Amino acid sequence: MTFEQFIFYLLAAIAAVSGLMMITVKNPVKAALWLVLAFISTAGVWITAQAEFLGLVLILVYVGAVMVLFLFVVMMLDINMAVLKEGFTKYLPLGAMAALAIFALMYMVLGPEHFGLDVTGTPDVKAADFSNTEAIAVPLYTVHVYAFVLAAVLLLVGIVAAIALTLRRRPTTEVLYQNIDKQVKTLAADRFRMVKMDAVKEQPIVEAGEEDKK
Amino acid sequence: MIALSDYLIFGAVLFMISMAGIFLNRKNVIVLLMAIELLLLAVNTNLVAFSHYLNDVTGQIFVFFIMTVAAAEAAIGLAIIVLVFRNRKSINVDDLGSLKG
Repeated sequence: MTFEQFIFYLLAAIAAVSGLMMITVKNPVKAALWLVLAFISTAGVWITAQAEFLGLVLILVYVGAVMVLFLFVVMMLDINMAVLKEGFTKYLPLGAMAALAIFALMYMVLGPEHFGLDVTGTPDVKAADFSNTEAIAVPLYTVHVYAFVLAAVLLLVGIVAAIALTLRRRPTTEVLYQNIDKQVKTLAADRFRMVKMDAVKEQPIVEAGEEDKK
Repeated sequence: MIALSDYLIFGAVLFMISMAGIFLNRKNVIVLLMAIELLLLAVNTNLVAFSHYLNDVTGQIFVFFIMTVAAAEAAIGLAIIVLVFRNRKSINVDDLGSLKG
């Protein structure tokens, strides 16, 4: 077994075990943390497949953003965990059987018989100064630029949807809200009023301490 | 050298685990969403492996777009969960049957 294979099997085993832990632990916070470990080790697996950029993006976007969002929500909600785990043992035989059946089918199709090294041949090993980021960026900004812009629009829609869904209007006696229409329409004359009044002359103040010094 | 079948079987294992997770945790919407994320990760692993072996970067670009969609999906899904919890004080799937489907 080469060093590369050792790293691959180690990371794959960590990812599989943490995936199993994720679906079996009781506490959703712990499930999220196990999923983080699965993501990190899968990022390592991607890097062994010479997809360095995507491996790093997986860590940045998933571990850094999506899973933190999950943790926020899980910790914010007051969840009754005992109720949520009901039916786990009831569905365990069915779930395990369906999963194993799917895996057996996949193994028959994807196993070494059809996709082993002697069938596919060895892939090109990229040079040490090969930039995976550049290799992704050039087609992304040329061939796939329309899809790229569309993805940006999709993210914008996601932002608007997430904010619009969770926005909550509380009664104005509790919280003061901005009224944008009213603010834009306001004129200077509406909020600034000139008042005529006599000038007030202030008397010079002589402090007690200064008297003593003289 | 790591064979293509190793990557594909790794993807199949992750897929199997997350599918079992959807079967087992059908009360908890949050863990269901997490299982869907793991499912997408398994599919992405397959795409990355094929992109490596076919020496074609398009597979990696596809993964990039899948990750964009998955991030948006997670954000909106969690927003919906917060909304449901605010209205029902529960995220148990059994409490959400008011449509009587």
